[in-house]
Amino acid sequence: MPNFQEKALVQAHEQLAPDIFRLTVHSPQIAQASAPGQFVMIKSSNTSDPLLRRPFSIHDVTSGGMLHLLYKVIGKGTRCLQNLSPGEQTDLIGPLGHGFQFSVQEPACLLGGGMGIAPLLYLAKSLQNVSSPRQDHQILLGARTSVELAPLVDDFQQLGYTVQAATDDGSLGHHGFVSELLEEVLPSVRTVYVCGPHPLMAAIARQCQAADVPCQVSLETHMACGLGACLGCTIYAPDKSYRHVCKHGPVFDANEVLWTL
Amino acid sequence: MDAVKTIPKADLQVNIGGLPLRNPVMTASGTFGYGREFENLVNLHRLGGIVVKGISIQPRPGNPPPRIVETSSGMLNAIGLENVGIERFLTEKVPYLKTLRTKVVVNILGDSLDEYAYLAEKLSGHEGIHALEVNISCPNVKKGGVAFGVDPEMAKAVTAAVKTATDLPVMIKLSPNVTDIASMAQAVEQGGADSVSLINTLIGMGIDTSSRRPKLANVIGGLSGPAIKPVALRMVWQVAQAVSIPIVGIGGIETAEDAIEFLLAGATAIQVGTANFYDPQATEKIITGLHQYLYEQKEICVRSIIGTIRLGSST
Ligand SMILES: Cc1cc2nc3c(=O)[nH]c(=O)nc-3n(C[C@H](O)[C@H](O)[C@H](O)COP(=O)(O)OP(=O)(O)OC[C@H]3O[C@@H](n4cnc5c(N)ncnc54)[C@H](O)[C@@H]3O)c2cc1C
Ligand SMILES: Cc1cc2nc3c(=O)[nH]c(=O)nc-3n(C[C@H](O)[C@H](O)[C@H](O)COP(=O)(O)O)c2cc1C
Ligand code: FES
Repeated sequence: MPNFQEKALVQAHEQLAPDIFRLTVHSPQIAQASAPGQFVMIKSSNTSDPLLRRPFSIHDVTSGGMLHLLYKVIGKGTRCLQNLSPGEQTDLIGPLGHGFQFSVQEPACLLGGGMGIAPLLYLAKSLQNVSSPRQDHQILLGARTSVELAPLVDDFQQLGYTVQAATDDGSLGHHGFVSELLEEVLPSVRTVYVCGPHPLMAAIARQCQAADVPCQVSLETHMACGLGACLGCTIYAPDKSYRHVCKHGPVFDANEVLWTL
Repeated sequence: MDAVKTIPKADLQVNIGGLPLRNPVMTASGTFGYGREFENLVNLHRLGGIVVKGISIQPRPGNPPPRIVETSSGMLNAIGLENVGIERFLTEKVPYLKTLRTKVVVNILGDSLDEYAYLAEKLSGHEGIHALEVNISCPNVKKGGVAFGVDPEMAKAVTAAVKTATDLPVMIKLSPNVTDIASMAQAVEQGGADSVSLINTLIGMGIDTSSRRPKLANVIGGLSGPAIKPVALRMVWQVAQAVSIPIVGIGGIETAEDAIEFLLAGATAIQVGTANFYDPQATEKIITGLHQYLYEQKEICVRSIIGTIRLGSST
């Protein structure tokens, strides 16, 4: 699989919510080679602290070689990213890892929690090109509050999808976890794609297994390289052997992952 | 950058105890996979050498996660020497490595003298394997490694065992987690080492204060990256006073200036480790920067700057 290191100019940097940003960079090589569920490693500063690149899902790819990332500010690296202005240069490596398998079974449910929503937009867009009428797909999105979720719900609606929302505080859609919305739609879908906090993915994986519906999860681990070289990004497979998230993943069949120890 | 292209190319060739390199820039074990991981991002043919991930007789699964954590200007790792084992290395990795026009150094690790000797013998006589680097110092594995790297007699014994088992040039990789690095270097020189490389990672740890848990599942791990460079440089300089075999400097090197510091301190070549992760172009930039530096210093050959640190007052 080809990957590239690209110096990419920042085209736009939007603040969607207090700590949530959408970064658009001109990165034609990476954009052209990417598939939904793949990620990039971005250098968040030119100094040696923070030292390592940070992994981010490819949120969207648009014409003219534009690559979009959606991120939440949580620590040193993302605080540095936040300072990028249009016209400035970033340094990206990508596309990395294996993305979603989306030629398989229709219709699908796309379920995202928090920043796990990021890769699902690109997936939702790509599904339109290969699949059944978009109304048949179920989009379930969850976050803490309406402030964080509403702008993301909007993106999917603009693609023509109907979205079911859930918020922890009930300020938008269902008051509670997004996983609680799955029960009802599960009988009508044939694949579930999920990305979000680990406990959410574990819960969804269990539900899907019980209902015998194939489920693909996009996992996060700390990464030093993203290239399969450092061997730092391990998770357990059910037989307790290790898998490397940057290489075998980040998208896995939920049955390939050991959810509890 | 344009200026760099027009300067005359200096002679960058060096010889590491019987291993001739086209330039003194190598990649460090465990930070460059088996080379291929970087094929799209680095011109592998341009490198002086590639040191592959440490190989043991049996495949090793490595440590439980989390295995890595970032620190100020560095990182801690407790990978636990995960590797595919010698059989798969020879059948799956060597065919690609031998297509490269660069020297390939295989890093080996074992639990006993016999294992080291077995690996050395098995790896000899293959097209595409040009030297061995012996890891006697990995701090991550509870058995093995550690004992050899911190005891001069054991270190000497491993060196001798490997030397007897192979005709390949043998580079012994020293652990920095000792009180007297110079005596360790002397011990392996006496054991017959063709060269020494240093440093491996410094043992460290980190704690997550909210959960009160260690940040690494293994609790302790190896510190690498720019944070360790001053320590590595000091050790290379001390070893340079103590032995006459060539030295390969490792530790926090990311720029040509870093590399040159090691050469001035007495290293004949260098390895780039952690920097490959965040700046895959680091090795190529160092090669370019070496030409530039030699030109500016009016030197035509990299060998003439090795160990030329000027001590005493500047007059
Ligand atoms: C494949 C993949 C895709 C991702 N996609 C997105 C995305 O689209 N949007 C988004 O907001 N976040 C995403 N993340 C998480 C994102 O990488 C982290 O939030 C980010 O690295 C935090 O960096 P920091 O320096 O601000 O935080 P700090 O906590 O200061 O980081 C310290 C170290 O921990 C690592 N780290 C901390 N949290 C995570 C995490 N959740 N996952 C991996 N490493 C972490 C950092 O990379 C860094 O090495 C993704 C992670 C992975 C592995
Ligand atoms: C993730 C990781 C894995 C490593 N694996 C090995 C290994 O298998 N064998 C070995 O001799 N050294 C290993 N090292 C040590 C490096 O080769 C090098 O000695 C050390 O990281 C210091 O150099 P640096 O600061 O440039 O990274 C590893 C280092 C890192 C960061
Ligand atoms: S992040 Fe380095 S191997 Fe996966």
